[in-house]
Amino acid sequence: MKAKYRFALAVVVLGLLMTGPFVVTSLLVWLDMKEAERVMLTELLLSRLPVGTMMTIVGFGFGVMVLHKLFKQYVEGLLRMAETLRMMLSANRNFRVTLEGPVEVQQLARAANDLAQQRDVLMDDVDAQISRAKASVEEEKNRLAALMSELAQAVVVCNLDGRILLYNNRARLQFKALAQGPTSVSGGALIGLGRSIFSILEKNQVQHAQEVITQRLDAGKTALSNFITTTRGGQLLRAQMVPVLSGTGDEKKTMSGYVLTVENITRSLEQEAKRDQALHSLTEGSRSSLGSIRAAITNLIDYPDMEAELRERFVHVVDDEAARMNQRLDQTMAEFSDSMKTRWPLEDILAIDLIAATQRRIEDKLKLPIKTEELDDTLWVKADSFSLMFALTFLAAKLQDHYETRELRFRLTSEGKLAYLDLIWAGAAMSSETFYTWEMETMQVGDETSPLSLRDVIDRHGAEIWYQREKAAHRAFFRFVLPVAMPEIAQDQDDKARDTGRPEYYDFDLFNFEDKSIDLDRKLSDLAYTVFDTETTGLEPSNGDEIIQIGAVRVVNNRLLRQEVFNQLLDPERPLKPESIPIHGITEDMVRGQPNIDVVLPAFHEFCEDTVLIAHNAAFDMRFLQLKEERTGIRFIQPVLDTLLLSAVVHPNQESHKLDVILERLGIEIGGRHNALEDSLATAAVFLKMIPMLEEMGIVTVRQALEASEKTYFARIKY
Amino acid sequence: MAHKILIVDDEPNIVISLEFLMKKEGFEVAVATDGDEALAKVASFAPDLMLLDVMMPKKSGFEVCEALRADANNASLQIVMLTAKGRDTEVAKGLAIGADAYMTKPFSTKELVAKVKSMLGVC
Repeated sequence: MKAKYRFALAVVVLGLLMTGPFVVTSLLVWLDMKEAERVMLTELLLSRLPVGTMMTIVGFGFGVMVLHKLFKQYVEGLLRMAETLRMMLSANRNFRVTLEGPVEVQQLARAANDLAQQRDVLMDDVDAQISRAKASVEEEKNRLAALMSELAQAVVVCNLDGRILLYNNRARLQFKALAQGPTSVSGGALIGLGRSIFSILEKNQVQHAQEVITQRLDAGKTALSNFITTTRGGQLLRAQMVPVLSGTGDEKKTMSGYVLTVENITRSLEQEAKRDQALHSLTEGSRSSLGSIRAAITNLIDYPDMEAELRERFVHVVDDEAARMNQRLDQTMAEFSDSMKTRWPLEDILAIDLIAATQRRIEDKLKLPIKTEELDDTLWVKADSFSLMFALTFLAAKLQDHYETRELRFRLTSEGKLAYLDLIWAGAAMSSETFYTWEMETMQVGDETSPLSLRDVIDRHGAEIWYQREKAAHRAFFRFVLPVAMPEIAQDQDDKARDTGRPEYYDFDLFNFEDKSIDLDRKLSDLAYTVFDTETTGLEPSNGDEIIQIGAVRVVNNRLLRQEVFNQLLDPERPLKPESIPIHGITEDMVRGQPNIDVVLPAFHEFCEDTVLIAHNAAFDMRFLQLKEERTGIRFIQPVLDTLLLSAVVHPNQESHKLDVILERLGIEIGGRHNALEDSLATAAVFLKMIPMLEEMGIVTVRQALEASEKTYFARIKY
Repeated sequence: MAHKILIVDDEPNIVISLEFLMKKEGFEVAVATDGDEALAKVASFAPDLMLLDVMMPKKSGFEVCEALRADANNASLQIVMLTAKGRDTEVAKGLAIGADAYMTKPFSTKELVAKVKSMLGVC
């Protein structure tokens, strides 16, 4: 029953209570009276009736007022409070009941407010805990990724389908070096999050290794498997697989993925083979010579009275074979000296890194300030950095002890294949005898000793060291001469430019991601995309205009992968239009000698495998690609999304859907623009921003996005 | 009648010693410097025992040995293989394809002589 009706009912009851007893009493008295009494009473009453009625009405009115007041305060007040409480429950957590009305109602309101306060504190606490936990998980992931990226070994983590969830920089560089064709075209295309490892490693071998691990797991043994595989380019890779196990504690652990560490052993195998060959030529080659010598000598000893001519011949055999052995030894040493030296594990190290580490060590251990002079920061050397650092520190300590040197300087230069690392000090001349004794004694710095002498370290590096004076400057230096190394994998400059923010080498969400092929009914945020852009000689593909640059970037699992890019200039095999050069900034010089479309398109096609294509004004770019279908035999049949059309879907009333305008509208800041790679990065950022906007409009799947795009006005423009 | 020994080796420096030794022991000696010549000499000279070097141009000692063993007429010919390779696997191969003994260079001439004598039964 509504409050209003209840109030009306209460008023009626009040009226009855005020008049009822009097009327009933009067009726009973009336029935008991005689005729004369009744006439007398009527007369008596009628004359006083107005006063009585008046009093009753006044009383009744007063009663209704009291009732109304009570009703307002208790019933309606409580109803209002209930509403407020509801609001606090759902819409606005911070809302509070206002304290009003009678004391009891106010007390109730205060209690409710206190409860709400307590709830808020708890909820905030839970939220804080959740976000702390999330942050620590995220941090752990980042730490893992950082750790991985620093490893000198190539590491790749895959799920059971062979999809890559994580890889480190070393893996990227190693596989990039393995990629066939002009490497800039492949651009690390083979490796990428969500891509299949089987494009790099032999599928059968990987699966076999997986089986071996499963068996070993079942048998309760250490789950680990090694295999050696050959790449398409004929390189030998040694891979080790360890499982990623799911399930904790006593639960039976199952394999949910695996970690592969991959090492290219082609070079070390070649070196080993060379060493074998050297050993072989020394042992077996010597055997027959030694055999001849031994037989001849024995004859000479056993038959001392043989005739002179025969004796002469035997002596000649000995002389001849000894000379041959000598020659063979020289030859072997000459041929294999390189592989003999590499027996001690030396690593390629950037020389300035070594100097920086040594500098810190000397300053720390000896409290001796170090300055640097000319430093060639591009120089790589082959070194065992620890023993070399120890040797430098040892010399510094010696100088400090014997010549009271106050300051040392490093200098790093090179000449041809030799690197010169100089340790310079100012002061008195030292004798070469002193230096000779330093060279030979076992090294000691403070309480640290090394089993090696300075000479041992030098020999181990195939290096040399000498003492030299700079008379004019009144100073002297020790010069270490080290062989310059050609670093196996040079850090490429491109990467440094793109290496902003944390690396996107991992995506553990892919663990639960089985099938990556394109399903139009999958959520937009779940798919893998290739966002691309082209620069062309002009705007008319059908009139002979050609592509001169393709830039592309991958978006996987709602993330822009800045490390997985495709960036290639092409030779259009026709002159550039002068008026177009200011737009794309690409000149004749830049495109001449670049691979042509026949080479680049297959590589780009491989890069796009299993992904949805995205471009801004895609129709234009796709037209260029399609015109090459016949010539290259390469067809791009995957679905294509267009950010221009999607923008028209999201903002139908906006006039412009140019990329620049959209970027501004969506508040996206991008460094450079108008180069195919930068534009594709911008387009990708736009697309990622649009996904939630589309979702709000009920456009969740790729199919829905394609359909919505088709309906926009812009979709009708054709190239 | 003296036993006949065929020395097959392309290294003149070892041949000279072997030839000298075998002659001193009273054997009749012939020399071949490659595999083809060795097969021809086996036919013409009909040796009782052969000192056969493994590493030779044209035909290796293994090939010569196999060719000889394929012909039943040569069943009585004893073959001592000489090699500069000391690997067990090669010794096993030599013996498997029909060599009667195996000597690895450098060898002691006394041992060689003793072995040849015992094989020919002239101790």
